[in-house]
Amino acid sequence: MNILVCISSVPDTTSKINFTDNNTKFDNNGIQFVINPYDEFGLTKSIMIKESIGGKVTVITVGDVSVEPVMRKALAIGADDAVRVNMNPHDSFSVAFEISEYIKQNSFDLIIAGRESIDYNGGAVPGMISEMTNLPLVNACIGLEIEGNSVKLVREIDGGKEMITSPLPMVIGGQKGLVLENELRIPNMRGIMQSRTKPLSVIEPVSSSKYSTSVSFAKPEEKAGCKFVDASNVSELVHLLHNEAKVI
Amino acid sequence: MSVLVYAESWGGNFRKSTFEAVSYASETAKMLSTNVVAVSLEDVSEKELLKLGSYGASKVVSIPSLNKGDSQSASKIIAELSLDACVIVFSGTHTSRMIAPRLSVKLSAACIANVISLTKSSEITVKRKSFSTKAIETVKSNTEKTILSISPNSFGLKENQIDCTIERSDFSEEGDLLFEGQETASGKISISEAEIVVSAGRGLKGPENWGMIEELADVLGAATACSKPVSDIGWRPHSEHVGQTGKPVTADLYIAIGISGAIQHLAGVNSSKIMVAINTDPEAPFFKAADYGIIGDAFEVVPKFIEEIKNFKN
Repeated sequence: MNILVCISSVPDTTSKINFTDNNTKFDNNGIQFVINPYDEFGLTKSIMIKESIGGKVTVITVGDVSVEPVMRKALAIGADDAVRVNMNPHDSFSVAFEISEYIKQNSFDLIIAGRESIDYNGGAVPGMISEMTNLPLVNACIGLEIEGNSVKLVREIDGGKEMITSPLPMVIGGQKGLVLENELRIPNMRGIMQSRTKPLSVIEPVSSSKYSTSVSFAKPEEKAGCKFVDASNVSELVHLLHNEAKVI
Repeated sequence: MSVLVYAESWGGNFRKSTFEAVSYASETAKMLSTNVVAVSLEDVSEKELLKLGSYGASKVVSIPSLNKGDSQSASKIIAELSLDACVIVFSGTHTSRMIAPRLSVKLSAACIANVISLTKSSEITVKRKSFSTKAIETVKSNTEKTILSISPNSFGLKENQIDCTIERSDFSEEGDLLFEGQETASGKISISEAEIVVSAGRGLKGPENWGMIEELADVLGAATACSKPVSDIGWRPHSEHVGQTGKPVTADLYIAIGISGAIQHLAGVNSSKIMVAINTDPEAPFFKAADYGIIGDAFEVVPKFIEEIKNFKN
């Protein structure tokens, strides 16, 4: 099973987000970058598939040299090789386009991306790759079992789940459920040593087009402050929610 | 020129998020001096389809034979119907996140997700939630057509009754996927759809104590949710996990019980209009983000809260 895992290097979930250059650029000063959590579930699942039925796991990222530590981490967890498309992503389209070009020139049985990245939250890359490569798509995937030339999938739907069978190759948008939180792997010393010698190739982008432009960023408005109600006077809270906040 | 909107249905019924997307499409169409065409997939009754007219759709194209999870076929038919459209509106559901990006490639159209504002001119520029709602981004479309996916519960409903015609299409096509059934929890309110969400964390000490959370949700007509640690240790199902790496919440009222308010949790829920925190720890970060707070033991406060809500509802 030859699997491509699309990963994104994102600010750690505990990061405070700030912007520079007149609020037009993300300020990565002091930020710890991690594998996008949604991608990590897919990466871990891919490694488990490889361990059970054999094959190869390749990770691909679109980004400049600053994303390489996160790619090395993916190699340390168990990916076999890594590919970096040397370009700062412009939008979801530009990322999906570069990855799709790589897929067309190589041969993969399964392509797994995260449902969305926790930085720009576009959630469009899995769908766009599927369309650009003309492969079947299941997004918000919470279960995946390979059965010969097809794959049994479970996807989250609003208020439940749906069972689907798809032929291979295909494209997955993954999330928690593909593997559980406690199945995620922490790189061990052996993995870290091996990751330094595993191949990390850099390829140049084939296009520079983009469909949308980020104009500026702002922080959400701060709350006015918390109004405290005494624990012995819960009726006051109900009164405030009804008369002041008007939400019940 | 027109504004097209995908009107998603669940088991033959539209939901509030559908009407919200149609309302958004209708306001956009007014600004562009054009009309709204809605597309419905799967089997929906005429009576239900006509409800889209209450929010400004002048025409509804219904395609009963198409399974919405088949994004391959769904994006194909919506692309055909979009030839005349300048803006195509979706609500940000799981299904839309499959169809909209595929449509974007087919139409060479920008695909902007988590949208929370209307464009002010025909050059489409909108505000959207970014960095898991830690930031609001302004984005401009560079393409002739633009796909906008609306963040549920951030725009609201706008009634705008107009005459609505229904056109049935017998478009039938099957993609590569084989659909083998669904499991849905009946009678439960979904988190993304809920106006009120009651959420609890590790402060509850164990899964056996969730009875009062469910009862509070029940008396309020709310959905239940939980923090990440609670779903990680298996006290509650993953589908209830809200926060940065779980489901986003944009409720009218979010009640956090025994949740300290880590930045990752707040990021996913802080676009809710009103937030209430109940916690024994006066230093809990949630109190900095909340509108109302009670410093106290959930095991004492929540039963009283349930009683007071019951009294209030009577």
